[in-house]
Amino acid sequence: MSSPTSTPGGRKRNRNDIPATPGSIGSTSPPSQRRRGQDSSNADLPAMPTSPATDIASPTVHDTSLFSSPRRSVLPSEVDMSSPLMYGTPSSRVEGTPRSGARGTPARQRPDLGSVRKAPQVDLHSDADGAVASEPSVGQKLVIWGTDVNVGTCKEKFQRFLQRFIDPTSNEDENAGLDLNEPLYMQKLEEISVVGEPVLNVNCGHVQSFDADLYRQLICYPQEVIPTFDMAVNELFFERFPDSILEHQIQVRPYNALKTRNMRSLNPEDIDQMITISGMVIRTSQLIPEMQEAFFQCQVCAFSTRVEVDRGRIAEPAVCRHCNTTHSLALIHNRSAFSDKQMIKVQESPDDMPAGQTPHTTVVYAHNDLVDKVQPGDRINITDVVPLSLLNPTTGIYRAVPMRENPRQSNVKSVYKTHIDAIHFRKTDEKRLHGLDEEADQKLFTEERVKTLKELAAKPDVYERLSSALAPSIYEHEDIKKGILLQLFGGTRKDFSQTGRGNFRAEVNILLCGDPGTSKSQLLQYVFNLVPRGQYTSGKGSSAVGLTAYVMKDPETKQLVLQTGALVLSDNGICCIDEFDKMSESTRSVLHEVMEQQTLSIAKAGIICQLNARTSVLAAANPVESQWNPKKTTIENIQLPHTLLSRFDLIFLMLDPQDEAYDRRLAHHLVSLYYQSEEQIEEELLDMAVLKDYIAYARTYINPRLNEEASQALIEAYVDMRKIGSGRGMVSAYPRQLESLIRLAEAHAKVRFSDKVETIDVEEAKRLHREALKQSATDPRTGFVDISILTTGMSATARKRKEEVAQALKKMIQSKGKTPAMKYQQLFDDLRGQSEAAITKDMFEEALRALADEDYLTVTGKTVRLL
Amino acid sequence: MPSSNDWINNPLGVVEEMFVQSNSNPEWEAKVLEYFKGKLKEKQAYSWIPSLNDVPLHYLKPNSLVKFRCLVQDMFDPEFYMGVYETIDPSTKAKVLRFGKYKDVTECGVDLNSRNTVTAERQTFYCVPIPGETLWEAFLNHSHTYARSSQARVVPSTSYIPSRQKRSYEEDDEMDTQPQKQREPHTGGSPQLHANGDSKRQETEAPSGQTTSPSNASSPLDLNFPLPGERGPACLVKVYEDLDSFKLNDMLEVYGILSVNPLLSVLSSLLDPTESMETPEEQRAHDPPASLVPRLHMLHARPLQHNNPLLCMFIYVVSSFMVEMASVRAEFLAYLTHILLGDGLAAEYLLLHLISSVYARRDVLPLGKFTLNLSGCPPNSSFTESLHQVIQELVPCTYRLSMTLHNMNSLRLVPRKDYVANRLVSGALQLARNTSLVLDETRLEQGQLDASGVQNITALGNLISWQKVDYDFNYHQMEFPCNINVFVTSEGRSLLPSDCQVPLQPQVTPPNLEEYLSTVHKAQLTSQINKFRVYLSVAQTLDYSISDEVTKAVEDDFVDMRKDDPQSVSAEDLHRMLVVARLLSLSLGQTSLSREGWMRAKHIDMLRRTRSQPQTTVNGNEP
Repeated sequence: MSSPTSTPGGRKRNRNDIPATPGSIGSTSPPSQRRRGQDSSNADLPAMPTSPATDIASPTVHDTSLFSSPRRSVLPSEVDMSSPLMYGTPSSRVEGTPRSGARGTPARQRPDLGSVRKAPQVDLHSDADGAVASEPSVGQKLVIWGTDVNVGTCKEKFQRFLQRFIDPTSNEDENAGLDLNEPLYMQKLEEISVVGEPVLNVNCGHVQSFDADLYRQLICYPQEVIPTFDMAVNELFFERFPDSILEHQIQVRPYNALKTRNMRSLNPEDIDQMITISGMVIRTSQLIPEMQEAFFQCQVCAFSTRVEVDRGRIAEPAVCRHCNTTHSLALIHNRSAFSDKQMIKVQESPDDMPAGQTPHTTVVYAHNDLVDKVQPGDRINITDVVPLSLLNPTTGIYRAVPMRENPRQSNVKSVYKTHIDAIHFRKTDEKRLHGLDEEADQKLFTEERVKTLKELAAKPDVYERLSSALAPSIYEHEDIKKGILLQLFGGTRKDFSQTGRGNFRAEVNILLCGDPGTSKSQLLQYVFNLVPRGQYTSGKGSSAVGLTAYVMKDPETKQLVLQTGALVLSDNGICCIDEFDKMSESTRSVLHEVMEQQTLSIAKAGIICQLNARTSVLAAANPVESQWNPKKTTIENIQLPHTLLSRFDLIFLMLDPQDEAYDRRLAHHLVSLYYQSEEQIEEELLDMAVLKDYIAYARTYINPRLNEEASQALIEAYVDMRKIGSGRGMVSAYPRQLESLIRLAEAHAKVRFSDKVETIDVEEAKRLHREALKQSATDPRTGFVDISILTTGMSATARKRKEEVAQALKKMIQSKGKTPAMKYQQLFDDLRGQSEAAITKDMFEEALRALADEDYLTVTGKTVRLL
Repeated sequence: MPSSNDWINNPLGVVEEMFVQSNSNPEWEAKVLEYFKGKLKEKQAYSWIPSLNDVPLHYLKPNSLVKFRCLVQDMFDPEFYMGVYETIDPSTKAKVLRFGKYKDVTECGVDLNSRNTVTAERQTFYCVPIPGETLWEAFLNHSHTYARSSQARVVPSTSYIPSRQKRSYEEDDEMDTQPQKQREPHTGGSPQLHANGDSKRQETEAPSGQTTSPSNASSPLDLNFPLPGERGPACLVKVYEDLDSFKLNDMLEVYGILSVNPLLSVLSSLLDPTESMETPEEQRAHDPPASLVPRLHMLHARPLQHNNPLLCMFIYVVSSFMVEMASVRAEFLAYLTHILLGDGLAAEYLLLHLISSVYARRDVLPLGKFTLNLSGCPPNSSFTESLHQVIQELVPCTYRLSMTLHNMNSLRLVPRKDYVANRLVSGALQLARNTSLVLDETRLEQGQLDASGVQNITALGNLISWQKVDYDFNYHQMEFPCNINVFVTSEGRSLLPSDCQVPLQPQVTPPNLEEYLSTVHKAQLTSQINKFRVYLSVAQTLDYSISDEVTKAVEDDFVDMRKDDPQSVSAEDLHRMLVVARLLSLSLGQTSLSREGWMRAKHIDMLRRTRSQPQTTVNGNEP
């Protein structure tokens, strides 16, 4: 006995030695203990024994009083232990803990809760001091040492929770297909009995809403409480499904502990508590087999014995109990029990880091079936974990020569090693693939923040306020900013996949075109900095591969790996593409799919897949002639295919207005930029944080729907748009425009934090849409707004004229009579002479081409032949 | 030991005293900080403290107070350590409470079960000497320290000619100063270890001579300096307070307790590798031998706004210096004109560039940056190199990046996170604020840039336009704002963006360029050069404002200019002119813009534009 206890025992903070005396708890105790003490006193629980550990050796345990739960009869082996230090939070003992209905279902160790914990239970009645005697306590007073957890009550509470908890408002993806009005977890147990996967995931939020005290205990003493939960679940399960056969006993995996922590804010007080942190996996180790139980055999008499791991260490028996030979026992490896373990390095996700600092990393250990659940690069946004153990002042020497009074066992490095044991992983990416779109990394807002945001939203001019807070250093361009603001909010996602139309795009795409030097890039940069999942690329530098995804061979594993590009990375974000016009043809073609279907199809090197790319595109393009030519249409100016242009909801021109009043305001704006003091600038920065939160909140929680009036207004608007054109015999609006209008209206409703899209939203959407059209789709020849410029690449008048010229040409040729071949130049001159309007060579050629298409003639070199 | 230097020679003794007095009241920590802060405030106190930058490590006494002028290159994960712990004497079983703060290694016989143990948190920063520190700067800092310390009282451990005699005396001294009880619990083994450490120190001491830390040069350990060819001590600084106030790339003067305990290396080498959670690379990066990378336990840190030792010395003259500003400026301009072969306009712009600095950011827009592109530099001559030498003499930190094809393809400009070793591998763009970066584009020849070359050029472009560097974190990029003065010398117009391009128009054509420059250079007296140095630093830190009246005038002016020819002046031009006006005023020591200042700014911008006009059209014709 001497060896295991006297040895490294001390390296871990040993709970047995720590009387959790509220009175004696001062600043001197390790913080984790301090916390413990405070917790218990805060909760007005019966006080802890005040005497030091050694005093409680008096054998007084009224265990029977403890287990008033129906299980008590089946636990005698635990209860009957003669020592008051009853080992056995039923946790992870491999053997010797017969479980109630388990009937041979083997228990499975839970290395995630630390190596076998031996927490004694203490009866409060047995207290030598009279300190607690006055407590009006009856019955169950036995608690696990150092905590205020009473196994019996805890178990009972949890079983009650499982049996009764109903969450009618649940919308978690995991609960899909469950009846929300029935006890949730009982259904899950049923599922377990059918599927046979003995893991029960429990949402801590549910526990909290059901029983706050139980929740507190779970958070503070996970190593004790979770095994108790395990026990409770198994009893319940086997009571209900006595015949089921499971691989091992059910394990409870709590997740979503509200004590969600930024990795940065982990501190010594969190040791041994349950927390949830999020981060990104940067490295995973090979699988490490970890010994759970060693098997020793005596070389002399072949007597065998098993030794459990105690705090990461096997105490080799020095003497064979059977034949009393010393040092005769040898370890038999393949009869020892091992469990899987994997080291995972997690890095803080870049979103929740303060600027100017480097991200922190934490070591996480995954055990058993959690091994290989995550890959480097995964964002495990919600990881539920118990950070245990720091412990162990890494004693180089200490460890090497553990026992004996070693003279060299003198100095130790005073730094602890810390790691986190994972209980539950939740991958964010995975969730995203499901397409169920809750902003995965739900930003947690404090109530105060929500209040300020709502106050802001209640202001009548919130829309103007926000749009002016957007990129304040960029002058004017109010409508463009408003457009971008709506883009940031996005529409409501609609799912028509059941009716065969698939998802409707909720993202708003915007194209900015205009003269160079009109701060387009700056706007893009600003947006890129504002949104959490933004990407910034330049059309010149990006290839189709860089935008979409590419297949790469992993140098280590030789596996083919799909690496995602900018568009996929900005899923649910905004992809800012500068110098859109400089993009190569093949790259642009990729965007067609992304911008309407919101997916990316890849067929490369044997990998065929479709990735989600629900990204808004904010693009900037420069005119081909470096200066915007007002005499040309948008298409002619930027030379982009109209198929692509029609996918932009809003196309804005950023032009130099060249008027005096504007110049004056601009100058004022710029000058003030240069002399405003630091504080004023600080204020602006604060605005950016508010804006960020505002957008995040609206995107997460607000899902506006059209109301009746708004639908009517939209219909009217669309009909009006169609009417404008029909008067002149052309189509002036397409369903795509209607969809754009709906998106914009929804986004505007989101800005107001409104769940209903109302008429004012439609009005603003109409106005903005009109403004954008006025800028980009005005036919320079007629001065009318002509949507066909964007949808077909040519204005209706231009097309009409083209036809006229072709007809004139045809007429002329026909009038010439039977001449099978003509000189090209002569024909051109003739046509020019005949026509009243000036005919350019381009127009002439176009007309020829049109006639050739009619199979009326062919052009070969300089001659034109009739057919 | 009534010595006033006790707190320098044996700071741990002071801490110990306070700890014992406090009776495990946690306030002792604050008291310690206060004490040292107070001590450091004393007149000239900081000059008594030996500096890790100047004094080779082996001349410094372990566990003494030292200072280190450095740049935070990397921040490691926070670590938990035993803030307070209890030791048990194996023979008497007496328990003694001890503190672990400011120490790497505990005393022997730690009672790990003690409930008096307090776990506390600290963070380690990997600090390197400020990259690109110029020689004059280091020299001045150095001589400055020494001048002062000899005046005050010679600190034995900083002396360059340590006599054995003295040293052993000092060792005794140390023995005495250390409270007796701290020695007591040492059992057989540890003194031996100490002795080993000492002898090791003597060994390194013997052959080293005057060169600074020769061990670094030959060491295979990559000390992760941002710039190639840098040397100097790197240091692991343990930070205890205000963790959040420090940022990557901050310039700090750290006052702390030097810890080179050889036990550290022994302890980590004895660790069972399989038990460890770290890879060997990681261990190497995070736990290098203390003899190469000493630990420094921070007691106090002074953030450095600028890195000009002259300004520290003449701090009292700044106000009086303002009067001189205009005259110094004239001299300085004349000097620069000579250097730039008689081109006064280019000299003027160079001067403005040298005093520029990002003073604020408006969302993504950095304000105050003034990247200068000096085109028309004679190619294939040493002109650009000499120019850099001149700049080197003037600014505290500078680096010349010769943009050869090879360099662009092979150099690592952007820092990158190495996940295997879990550290930030530095790159040449990890520079301290107001470092002058000279990009020599005349060295660029035709050829192909590979992928990393393109990335490097993009990084430079980003640096110039947004004053930020995107550090490569493998799975994502992280943006770090910076404040670096970029000066591009090129033959034609630079391929990099710039705020302002000035074609050089030499007025003199000396037959031997090199000789000419060196004579001009030599003609300056050191005192004058010093004046220029102070001038630059002062001008950089001045405040600036624009009155409403002038604002109005500027607006009117802008509107008028646009009226004549809208194409001639764009918003961008106004931006630039405002920066020029600001710098011009500051260069004259004026802290607010005057009408004349604005007119002058307009005037020189006009001159510059007329000069570059023909060139731009030439460029315009090129496709």
